[in-house]
Amino acid sequence: MLGIEQADWIALGLTLRLAAVTTVILLVLGTPLAWWLAHTRSRIRLAVESIVALPLVLPPTVLGFYVLMLLGAQGPIQALGGPALAFTFTGLVIGSVLYSLPFVVQPLQNAFASLDRSTLEAATTLRATPLDRWLSVILPLTRRGFLTAITLGFAHTVGEFGVVLMIGGNIPGETQVISIAIYDHVEATDYGSAHRLSGLLLGLSFVMLFALYTLNGRFRLGTT
Amino acid sequence: MIEFDFHLQRPGFCLELAGRIPPRGVTALFGHSGCGKTTLLRCLAGLEPEVQGRLSVNGQQWQAGGRQWPPHQRAVGYVFQEGALFPHLTVTGNLHYGYRRVPADARRLQPGEVVELLGLAPLLHRYPHELSGGQRQRVAIGRALLTSPDLLLMDEPLAALDALSKNEILPWLDRLHQTLDIPVVYVTHAIEEVARLADHMLLLEQGRLLAAGPLQSLLTRTDLPLAHADNATSVIETKVVRFESEYHLLHLTFDGGELQVPCTHAPETSTVRIRVAARDVVLSLSADSRGSALNHLPARITGFNNDPHPAHQLVTLTLGDTPLLARITRKSRDQLGLQTGQAVHVQFKAVAIS
Repeated sequence: MLGIEQADWIALGLTLRLAAVTTVILLVLGTPLAWWLAHTRSRIRLAVESIVALPLVLPPTVLGFYVLMLLGAQGPIQALGGPALAFTFTGLVIGSVLYSLPFVVQPLQNAFASLDRSTLEAATTLRATPLDRWLSVILPLTRRGFLTAITLGFAHTVGEFGVVLMIGGNIPGETQVISIAIYDHVEATDYGSAHRLSGLLLGLSFVMLFALYTLNGRFRLGTT
Repeated sequence: MIEFDFHLQRPGFCLELAGRIPPRGVTALFGHSGCGKTTLLRCLAGLEPEVQGRLSVNGQQWQAGGRQWPPHQRAVGYVFQEGALFPHLTVTGNLHYGYRRVPADARRLQPGEVVELLGLAPLLHRYPHELSGGQRQRVAIGRALLTSPDLLLMDEPLAALDALSKNEILPWLDRLHQTLDIPVVYVTHAIEEVARLADHMLLLEQGRLLAAGPLQSLLTRTDLPLAHADNATSVIETKVVRFESEYHLLHLTFDGGELQVPCTHAPETSTVRIRVAARDVVLSLSADSRGSALNHLPARITGFNNDPHPAHQLVTLTLGDTPLLARITRKSRDQLGLQTGQAVHVQFKAVAIS
């Protein structure tokens, strides 16, 4: 299809699955973390914020190297009797979660910080339980932050290369993602396949960002 | 009856407050900024989880023995200083937010009544950002009322408004006061609002209770700072006798005699509260020296007090059983030979305030 070979479709499918799983995990972990960062007065906040932002500045290979050390044969996880995760899909998910963490946490943290405290207190005095408050006030008022977090987290994971190469290698159907498939085609001077895959990724990324800005623009008109 | 005993320690601030709030009428929490009046209000609502002590409302324990009910389990309405409306909901959505969360058998007020009471009908489809400050506060009050609270808490609801919006919203608050049987606790630092709206008052200073009691007596107690303020005021509760439309004057009666106050139209209610500024009261020895002031009544002097200004004396009087403050010069006092216990005549301008 589209002149793209079967192995590349598998790589694309794997990439999208990786990005989806990573985004879901990041939402589950990142939401409480971002809430805590937005509201805590703890002294360790700045340290935690810095750690969350590290993937923005570190070369992906450095991050990938440490994750490989963590997951690899001599790493602490296996030493404690854990499974061998290097060169597996699970290993990729762990690496991607770390790699895309700031892209999910930072938009959420900004959204939570912009919430007016008295608005939430008003909901409490209007009989809303904590869960009810999340669903009826916090989520609607921060949905732009969530949309941004989901889109950036997903898109950034789709585009990752260095981390995957370090911890996942290049096993077709298991750890070969689309960016690595493109790299392979270029290495093999198969520029035609590289073009088609790159174009696909470019289009996909554009569509995602365009959808994000369209939706966020619509929310802006509706609520403020 | 609402009874509380709160203790709250924060860096640089200690709140140590015990008192009672009557189950009817408006109780004003009055004091300077930082005296703890908003904090007390938040403790009543359950918004200060660190507060120690106890709180009972109409016999229900809202806080006792180290346990406190969270705010969403208290039948409390809270009106925040700037409304705190939900920006993503229309006025209708805001009004219904609390209403939908109250069990049907606990709903004593219906949306239609509240919309009517607060004049919200033209606003129902608007979003909060499309409302003026005064309109936002009316919606916030309506939203709180629709939870059918046992206690309505208002945190300086007029503080963020300009004079025009204040005058727009005050009549609605009067109406609320006259129509509903919900005790209201009202935080303010504006004595005009207290004189107009409150029936009782808790006077706070640096996290402690300075005095508590009916409005009339606290306003005129010379051991409290209110009587010495530049805008010291007495209030008189009166009954309407008749409206003299030819002169636009309202004839009123109270235990100290009869009064006439200017009024644009006949009032809807049978009782009217009037306000007399201490500096607008003139004392004379005989009834015949009539000036242009409409009201001249016999009174008895109950005491003299020094005032912040060295030229002035603050005179306390009673008209029947009603206390009244007069600010006169020391020179006048000496020239007239005024003494405690003496019968005098007072003349004053009065303003009807509700």
